[in-house]
This record gives sequence, structure tokens and C-alpha cells, in this order.
Amino acid sequence: MIKDDSEKVGRDSMSGDEEKHWLVRPATVRWLWRGGLLMLLCLVLADFFVHPHPYFKIDGTFGFFSWYGLVVCAAMVIFAKGLGVFLKRKDTYYDDE
Amino acid sequence: MTMSDFPPGLILILGAFLLPLVAQSVRSILILGLPLLALGLIWSVPDGSFAVLPLLDYQLIFVRSDTLSRLFATVFSIMTFAGGLYALRQKRVLELVAVYVYAGSAVGVVYAGDLISLFIFWELMALASTLVLLSADGSSSYKVSMRYFIVHALGGVLLMVGILAHIHDTGSTAFTAMSPNSFGTILILAGFLINAAAPPFSAWLSDAYPEASYTGTVFLSAFTTKAAVYALLRGFPGAEILIFFGVFMIFYGIIYALLENDMRRILAYSIVNQVGFMVTGIGIGTQMAQNGVAAHAFAHIIYKALLLMSAGSVLYMTGKRKCTDLGGLFQSMPITTACGIIGALSISAFPFTSGFISKSMISQSAADESLMIIWFMLLAASAGVFLHAGIKFPWFVFFQKDSGMRPSDPPWNMQLAMILFSALCIGLGIWPEFLYNLLPYPVAYEPYTVPHVVNMLQLLMFSGFAFFLMLPLMRRTLTISLDFDWLYRRVLPNALQKMFSQIWATDHKLRQGFIVRLDQVLAFISRQNEGASGLLSRTYHVGSMVMWVSVILATYLFLSFVTH
Repeated sequence: MIKDDSEKVGRDSMSGDEEKHWLVRPATVRWLWRGGLLMLLCLVLADFFVHPHPYFKIDGTFGFFSWYGLVVCAAMVIFAKGLGVFLKRKDTYYDDE
Repeated sequence: MTMSDFPPGLILILGAFLLPLVAQSVRSILILGLPLLALGLIWSVPDGSFAVLPLLDYQLIFVRSDTLSRLFATVFSIMTFAGGLYALRQKRVLELVAVYVYAGSAVGVVYAGDLISLFIFWELMALASTLVLLSADGSSSYKVSMRYFIVHALGGVLLMVGILAHIHDTGSTAFTAMSPNSFGTILILAGFLINAAAPPFSAWLSDAYPEASYTGTVFLSAFTTKAAVYALLRGFPGAEILIFFGVFMIFYGIIYALLENDMRRILAYSIVNQVGFMVTGIGIGTQMAQNGVAAHAFAHIIYKALLLMSAGSVLYMTGKRKCTDLGGLFQSMPITTACGIIGALSISAFPFTSGFISKSMISQSAADESLMIIWFMLLAASAGVFLHAGIKFPWFVFFQKDSGMRPSDPPWNMQLAMILFSALCIGLGIWPEFLYNLLPYPVAYEPYTVPHVVNMLQLLMFSGFAFFLMLPLMRRTLTISLDFDWLYRRVLPNALQKMFSQIWATDHKLRQGFIVRLDQVLAFISRQNEGASGLLSRTYHVGSMVMWVSVILATYLFLSFVTH
């Protein structure tokens, strides 16, 4: 929609054969996963050392923020997925207006 | 007349009309200079009411200067400056004019000291923002801007009727804290809520904003909803019903953003989500909550504009807007990617970003008021923000798969605007005192405690973990999601069409039936009169006609005597 503005649309090139960017090589991605999981573990274990100031009761228990983040996010994704069954339409749905 | 009697918003509104008259180089100076001039005026006006004009029995107060109006006007001016820098190369001058009138009227709204001048700037804002949409040259921009305008016209009508009823009830035009307990105040609240994209009218935002130009959306994201937040904060602090509106908006924004494929529509849904946090805070209404709302509006305008600038840069350089078409852009757009990520971290309230120091005040106020369920919902929503905006946006636009596109970073002015706002996001996060000093009430809140930082990191990192675990469920599809606007874009038009075609069909049938009957009657009459003996075909004497005429005249004569 902004064709007239985009004077230079960059150097479109297919990256089929050329070397992949180091960040997306499978080896790097594997290390990122390992590093990420290690960080998650450290964060959970941090609860041993941090003295909580709970506002209510449950938010002072061990690992609360970790599991709560994981569970509510999973629940929201699944809920959205379920709602999508009813609400999703092709993106041309309103085009005939 | 002193300098204080000049409404700061007028600098932008009047300046806007100079833009088409001057050469490109002067225009650039005006674009950058006008917001700075407005900012200077905002900070030189002392507290108090100025620019008071009499109107019939009432007074219009165009400048009510206090901490709250100064805070909002400041961030509106900063936004206009950075947005102007970003839009320096925008060739459509009409859009720039519209944008500056729009920004100026938003400043006008936050300075309005009475309901009538509030309404004037409120409507000017609706007109100017419609023009911003209209000046985008998509094939659909006319229809989109009309849909947008209809919703805002409805909001305007509700607001106007509400204001009139309120003035009738109280005899005062003052714009101060109210509670929604009369016909007038309820309508005023409804008018404000429509602009805040509250349900049931949330869909106008995600419908319209992504259809503006790459620069237009950046401005649109800042003013309408935040002026509404200001109006709610000034007019209805502590109105409990707002908590329900706010919480609904928070989760509406998350769920719809999760389903969305258009990168700028994801961010549009996330505006509703963020405004939901603010509306919830206004509903809680304590000093801590009000401070949190004001701070969050300030921080939000900056990081949301930053996010939309990075999305706009992608659109500008690639012409693509759907996640299904994008991906892998980090390789050739490092600055856009970095700035987009900083915006994403800020909106997710990562420690040492602006979102962290503002949003946590709203959560804190819920905890202070022992609103347990609300607090847990806000916590879930914080996780959800990271999910739908913090990770989803950068992941699908800049990483994900390799789209094969290798666009470079956008021109220097766009990069500079993004870098400026990135610096503000981080700066506010590291030195929160700067923002805290601008808030309406004294701040007794320390965001950087060890448990707070650690707990927030746990929450966010595990949300991120959930994102990557659930990635297969989030595969982008070429879809939109039906919203409340489906009712007035599909169901209602279809129902009306059906109703009218039914009416036409019935009408047609009745006419047909009538014509058939008429034919039959005429045929019958003509059959009756076929022979020379029929009532109508007989030959009458002229004399009998003369007699009947004289009978009629005699009757007439008689009646005229009787009535006199």
C-alpha cells in the first residue's frame, strides 16, 4: 500500500545456498535452547535466596512466579486457539464491502 | 494578554496550516520546531487557569495548567517531535497537516478546563484523525476512515448529550472529577470510553490504525486513546465499573493479538491491552493507582510509538505487513530490530525499561487495596503482554523463518527517531525519578527491590518459555478474527438487506395483486356496459343534466344561507 514511498526495496536475494547467518544455524539454536533452559533453572533456584514480600499468600511460595507465568501463558494460547476456531475468517472476508 | 493565555495546542494546530505553504527545507524546520515550541510554552505556563473566554452564560477555559495536564501535554509534544522526525520524508503533506492538527487538539483536550472546550478539541481530534486515515492511499482507506469516523461521531454525540445534560443538572461546565450516577455523567463516561476503545466498541482501533500510512499509525497510536485515558483519569477516578472494562480490554487485547497475522494489527490490539491496564488503574482510583496510570500512559506512548516505528520501517522498506510474508529481517535491518526489541521489552515491563517502573505501580495499587483477583489477573496479563507483543511481534517480523528479503535499515531520520525513543525507554527505566517527579501525587514507591526484579524476570522468562513451547500452536495463518464490528459490518447490513428485499417483494406482490384486481374490476365494468343499455353507455337527455346541475347549485345556495 505504500509502494510510492518505498524507493528501495533492498536487495532481495534468496539465501538458499549461501551460508546461513550465525544466529540461525542449528548449532547456535541448540546452544540458545541450552542457555535459555539453564537461565530458567537459575531463576527458579533464585527463590531460595530471595526473601519474598507476598501481597497475598500463594505469591510467596516457592517458584510461584515461574509456574504462574508458564501456566497462564499456555492457557491463553490454548484459549485463543479455541476461540480462533469460531472467530477466524479468511483475511479477504470483508473485501466485498 | 500574557504568554500563558495562548493555548499550547494552538501552536501545533495553527502551525499545521503553514506546512503546505512553505518549501521542503522550511517545512522540516517547522515539523521539528513546532513541537519543541509547544513544549517550551507548556513548561513556562504556571499552574492556574488562563485563556478564559466568555460564551453566553458560561466561561471557556482553554488553559488549565496543572501537574496532570502538563504531564500529558509533555508526552504529546515529545511524541509529536519524534513522530515528526520519523515522518520527515512523508511526501503527503495533507497527512502531516492532519497529524499536527490532531496532535494540537490532543494537547487542547488535556488543557481544557471546562467541558465545552474539551468537547471542541475532542471533536477536532476526531476530524483530524479521520483525515490522517483518509490521506493514506490504500484502496480501502476511504471505507476504513468512514467506519472510524462513524464510531467517533457516535462517541461525540454521546459526549455532547452527556455534557448538555450535566450542565442542565449542575449548572456548571467545570471539568472536574464526577461519578457516573446521572444520565449526563453516564453518557460522558460512555463518550470517553468509546475513544478509549473500551468494549463493545473496541474494534474501531484494530480496524482503522493498521490501515494508515507507515507514519500515520505511529501518531494515531498515541493521541486518541491516551487523551481518553486523561479524560477518564480527570473525570472518573475511582469509578469502580472501570475496573471491569479495563480487565476485559486487557485480555481482549492479548487474545486477539495472539490470533492476528498483520504485524501492525498485533500492535493495535496491544494498544487496547495497554489502555486496559490504565482503565483498570483509573477504576482502582487511589493516589498510587492514579500515579501509575499517568506514568504508564507516558511510558506507553513512547514504547508503543517505538514499536510502530519499527513496524512502519519494515512496511516502508518491504511493502509487506503480514507475518506470513515476513521473517529473518534481523540480518539486514539490525537497528530496526534492536529498536523493535527495546520497545517490545518495554511494553513487557522488563526491568530497566520504562514499562517496568510504570505498570508495576498499577499492580501495586491493586495489592494495596487487597483486590486479590484483580492483582492475579494483572499478573497474568503482564505475562500475556510478553507473549503477544514482547515476543510475538519481534519473533515473527525479524526472526521466525527466512523470508529471503534483505531490506536495509530505513533512512537516517527514521532510524534517529527510533534510537531517540529507545533511549527514552531505557532512560526512564533506569532513572524513574525523572518521571515520578512529574506525577500528580507524591510518589512513595520503589520499583527496584530484589524480589520485584527477580519475580518479574521469572514471570517473563517463563512466559517466553511458554511461547517457544507452544510455537506449533501459533503458526500464522492468512486470517482475520471476527470482532464486535462484525455485527455492524455484516449482520446488520445483511439483516437490513434481507428486510428490505422482503419488503420490496411484499410490495411487489401487493401491487401485482392490486393490478390484477383492478383489471378484473375494469373488465367487469366494461362488460356490464358493452350493450347500449349499460349504466354508463346509455344515452341521457341534456335536460336531465341541466336539472342535476341546478339541484347541486340550489343545495350549495341553501348551505351557504344556513352556515351564515
